[in-house]
Amino acid sequence: MDIKAYIESGILELYVAGQLSEKENQEVYELMQQHPELLKEVLEIEASIVKLTAATSPNSVKFDAFKDKITDAKVIQLNPKKTDWVTYSGWAASIILAGGLIWTLNNNTELTNQIETVSTERQLLEIQIEKARDNLAETRRLLDALRTKDILTVPLNGQGNYDFAYAKVYWNKNDNTIYLDAKGLPNAPEGKVWQVWSLTLNPLTPTSLGIIDNFNTDDNKIFAITNTNESQAFGITLEPDGGSASPTMEQLYTLGVVNTAP
Amino acid sequence: MNLEQLILQFQKKDAKAFETLYNMYSDSIHGVVYNIVRDSAISDEVVQDVFLKAWSNAESYSQKKGRFFTWVLNIARNAAIDKIRSKAFKTSKQNLDVDFFVDIIAGNTNLENQTDAIGIKKFVSQLGEKCKLIIEFLYFKGYTQKEVAESLEIPIGTVKTRNRSCIQKLRDIVL
Repeated sequence: MDIKAYIESGILELYVAGQLSEKENQEVYELMQQHPELLKEVLEIEASIVKLTAATSPNSVKFDAFKDKITDAKVIQLNPKKTDWVTYSGWAASIILAGGLIWTLNNNTELTNQIETVSTERQLLEIQIEKARDNLAETRRLLDALRTKDILTVPLNGQGNYDFAYAKVYWNKNDNTIYLDAKGLPNAPEGKVWQVWSLTLNPLTPTSLGIIDNFNTDDNKIFAITNTNESQAFGITLEPDGGSASPTMEQLYTLGVVNTAP
Repeated sequence: MNLEQLILQFQKKDAKAFETLYNMYSDSIHGVVYNIVRDSAISDEVVQDVFLKAWSNAESYSQKKGRFFTWVLNIARNAAIDKIRSKAFKTSKQNLDVDFFVDIIAGNTNLENQTDAIGIKKFVSQLGEKCKLIIEFLYFKGYTQKEVAESLEIPIGTVKTRNRSCIQKLRDIVL
């Protein structure tokens, strides 16, 4: 256990205030036996609270003021009276009753604690469900987009040293959008970014379709990109942050030619 | 004699040990009771009740359940709250002061003969609003963490850390 973090959490201040559960009190007590620095911390917190609370006292009440009362009580205890069965059974009954009450109370506290835990868990689950729903809606939307009738599929294959890389472009000419599925590309290293290019082949003219700066954080690695060009091929290069005006050919990872026959 | 032995003696009904413990904590207990009751004669009475109760229930205390001071503090808060809820009290005091412990300390003339008086007065005068309330609620009024969070409209997790930094300032000044 990280004792420093435990101290910093503020749990010991609540311990002195008397606001921890029985279980936590026990835990603090046991840790204090093992870690003297914890005990020292508790003593200091306590000492400061003792001083602060004493400062609100309007006057002192001397111990002598009720010394008699406690010695009286002691004397009575030391001189057992004659056995009075009615009184004893009365006491016994009330003790049993009190025991029962305490038991019910404990049960109640425990149940309340459980309810609190459950309601926190429920909130967490709700957040997860909400997230899952959003993800599902997003995935459905993508799937619908990819299933459109007039969509062109362009596989991009790994180039040169990067023959492990691959990607796919789904091009919907009707709404001028390409969906780039770039699951086959590694994460862009620090200071670099993926840039997507539309190419016409004769003569070879690249037009940038933009950079994918959220590549590393995106979950499904599918990106919707606007493309109004009469593209004949698509390529992806790794460029310095911010992208480049023209593609760095040594960093061309994947390339694919559009098959014009639909 | 260290505190642990002192408490053991007290639990064996040793009046001398009790007196020592009383002298260590009675002013603090009185302060907490007075902060709730706001009447010095009544709080004198309550303080006596509290220590008598501690004396007669001495064997029910266990170190594993918490600090001895905290144990007495709890008895005191409960006794003081019972007092202000009692019918006799309600009819005699229509409205309680809304001051906090800081206001009591600022105007406390009894403090002049205490060595920490200057430090404590300095501490409360520098205390931020949130700290004042957190300390008031947690130590003087015995609110739970959840109740503090709700009263101050801060997340429950913040109560602990916020309170720690408030108490840290107190320690810097009075220890």
